[in-house]
Amino acid sequence: MGSLESFAREFVAWLPHVQLAHFLIVSAILFAFGIYGIATRRNAILVLMGVELVLNAANINFIAFARYTGTNLDGQVAAIFVIILAAAEAAVALAIVLNIYHRFQTVNVDEVSSLKE
Amino acid sequence: MQLFDIVFYVFAFITVVSAFIVVFSKNIIYAAFSLLFTFFGVAGLYVLLNADFLAVTQVLIYVGGILVLLLFGVMLTNKVINVEIKTGTIQTVPALILVAVVAGSLAGLFYSMWRTTGSPQASVSATTRTLGELLMTSYLLPFEIASVILLVALIGAAMTARRNRKA
Repeated sequence: MGSLESFAREFVAWLPHVQLAHFLIVSAILFAFGIYGIATRRNAILVLMGVELVLNAANINFIAFARYTGTNLDGQVAAIFVIILAAAEAAVALAIVLNIYHRFQTVNVDEVSSLKE
Repeated sequence: MQLFDIVFYVFAFITVVSAFIVVFSKNIIYAAFSLLFTFFGVAGLYVLLNADFLAVTQVLIYVGGILVLLLFGVMLTNKVINVEIKTGTIQTVPALILVAVVAGSLAGLFYSMWRTTGSPQASVSATTRTLGELLMTSYLLPFEIASVILLVALIGAAMTARRNRKA
């Protein structure tokens, strides 16, 4: 019990001084929500939203590490490329989803299991 | 507790709560609009991390581009009679286990390093000029490849989404 108590005291003392780990924890929470959304949602567009959450979590990590551990902006450049690829991915994925809807009249990813009619 | 910490907690709260709504809301429209707040919260975190250009880029591309695309997708793929667009969830228990494992391992990693992190290295300054110089020197090849990828994605998306194809 003593170690748990000291851990709790340390945690409470650590909480108000925002450092790298705070940003990483926010990003981990976002990542976990994104994974949960990808795994559980049936609507293809909501799966895409989960992917966007995961990409945002990765971006927070890139920028936080660039701020706290490096002296240059390489992490921010990586984040720019992630944003570029997210934009391309969203456009292509939405086009595919629209095609799926025209063919199957649904965007439920469970029911779309054939590549060809 | 300084102003920096308070602002961090405000933005972190906005981000996490709206991400929760994105994942758990039954209504697609609510999920899409809380994704807006998630993106804004993340942009605020970027500002706190001295990434001013990226924060503006985040708002322009995610909110102005990707979110509008997603809303188009929602509107075009549902028979919109009213705004009540519901959706179900599947595999909740396996997903929860997976998420618990992922979040637990990440939290363990961060716990092992939380005391060792120091203060930020560089001083606060505008990043746009440096980013532009990096993109034109060290990262020139990835930059050009990204532009080609954007072109390919543009043409591919337009071709894929076109309704009636002759060929």
